[in-house]
Amino acid sequence: MIEVENLSIKAGDFRLEGISFEIPAGGYGVLMGRTGCGKTTILEAICGLKEVTGGTIRLDGIDMTRMPPSRRGIGFVPQDGTLFSTMTVRQHLAFGPKVHRWKKEKITERVQELARELGIESLLGRKPYGLSGGERQRVALGRALAVRPKVICLDEPLSALDDNTHAEMTSLIKRLVTDHGITVLHITHSHAEAESVADRIFLLENGKLRPE
Amino acid sequence: MKRAFHSGGTDLLFFAALVSLGGLYLLLILAMLFADIWYAGTHISGQEFIDLLKNEHIRYSIWLTLITCTISALLSLLVAVPAGYILSRYRFWGKTLIDAILDIPIVLPPLVVGLSLLILFNKMPPEFLGLGSLEDIIRKFFGPNAGVTYKIPAVIIAQFSVSCAFAVRTMRNTFDQISPRTEQVARTLGCSRGRAFFSVVIPESWRGISTAGTLAWTRAMGEFGPILVFASTIRGRTEVLSSTVFLEISIGNLEGAVMVSLLMVTIAIIVLVAVRAWDKGQQHRLLI
Repeated sequence: MIEVENLSIKAGDFRLEGISFEIPAGGYGVLMGRTGCGKTTILEAICGLKEVTGGTIRLDGIDMTRMPPSRRGIGFVPQDGTLFSTMTVRQHLAFGPKVHRWKKEKITERVQELARELGIESLLGRKPYGLSGGERQRVALGRALAVRPKVICLDEPLSALDDNTHAEMTSLIKRLVTDHGITVLHITHSHAEAESVADRIFLLENGKLRPE
Repeated sequence: MKRAFHSGGTDLLFFAALVSLGGLYLLLILAMLFADIWYAGTHISGQEFIDLLKNEHIRYSIWLTLITCTISALLSLLVAVPAGYILSRYRFWGKTLIDAILDIPIVLPPLVVGLSLLILFNKMPPEFLGLGSLEDIIRKFFGPNAGVTYKIPAVIIAQFSVSCAFAVRTMRNTFDQISPRTEQVARTLGCSRGRAFFSVVIPESWRGISTAGTLAWTRAMGEFGPILVFASTIRGRTEVLSSTVFLEISIGNLEGAVMVSLLMVTIAIIVLVAVRAWDKGQQHRLLI
């Protein structure tokens, strides 16, 4: 469950104030708005990557407002995937579990499981160079899901994909989060995309958030 | 490029201008190298070159150059990686000024760098403090034979003070080109800032690190002004290859100076080619 209450964020001259919304456990929330309106800023604040000036962020009832990103347990999928150019797909999927000191056998098992679920088994030995947009997003999604987070934040994960890959990825994300009961905050500027995945949609306009 | 050449007279003129103006510098470098090689070929026999390599002082100078340049380059990287990272990632008060100060060794005349080092180690802290000079303090801690000025540590400090500035600039540009998102993603996956830096940012920046290291190494080898003033050119003690060239010219041995110059060119080419080859190998690994 994501609860954001009266959140204020200041970044240079840009300011967001009084942002409140709630996504229940296992819910799929989409945050919409024009480019540059501050959607990503809110998502960064929830992930702990942007300092907030006021308000609270609670995940599953725990106040995370001042907690470092490493302790929030949120899976983050950035807009372009942001893969690590020196690592193989296998190393991407194993990255989180390794940082969390999982046992070697458990990591191998998890990597195989994720690769199967995401349909990227044949890519495990590849590096990001040369992967298609859809493949990159699958890897980024797998990397975020590897440590079984209860919440994931997706920053326009489908914006650079062609229509067919877009549809494939939409149903893949929806299936995975439903199967594993993950709470999702998804950012997009596309109405069609929002309506195809969301349980609830929030619109960010002129620095104010309202449900749609 | 090929298509552009065929797309009209204006394009042809444009490319001709690019190639001729850009090529001028290449031509100058090649002409200088050719002049050295031609002079050596017509004035120096193979035996003389072998004799030069057997000369005790020259051998000392070669070894001292290789060792001091390597230490200077490693020290430069040790400073440049964190400094470049801070300048690239963080905004803070006085950043523009610090950025400019870090460029001072690049723009200062080399002799001034040497003079400044000489004054720093021998006239600082100010006398009225009654602490003695930095050299006195070093001798107090490490014994009467210790010291920096006119000794090997002076060679390293003189090389480091200039080559490090180039390494910092290179590392800053490298980190500027790596999206901060990569380390942010790593932090959401459980990494502390430090772990994200070492496990994601450093591997992503290996190319910049190797370029900065090479640049620092080759700059250190070419350094002469600060070494002359701060370490002097004492045969068999603080003599590196650049000072050998100076010593040979000063005693009228142009042949010897040219031979040592060619030796330096060869070493520089070997280092540059080796690093480029290693770079290429690493880049190939990214594509697999």
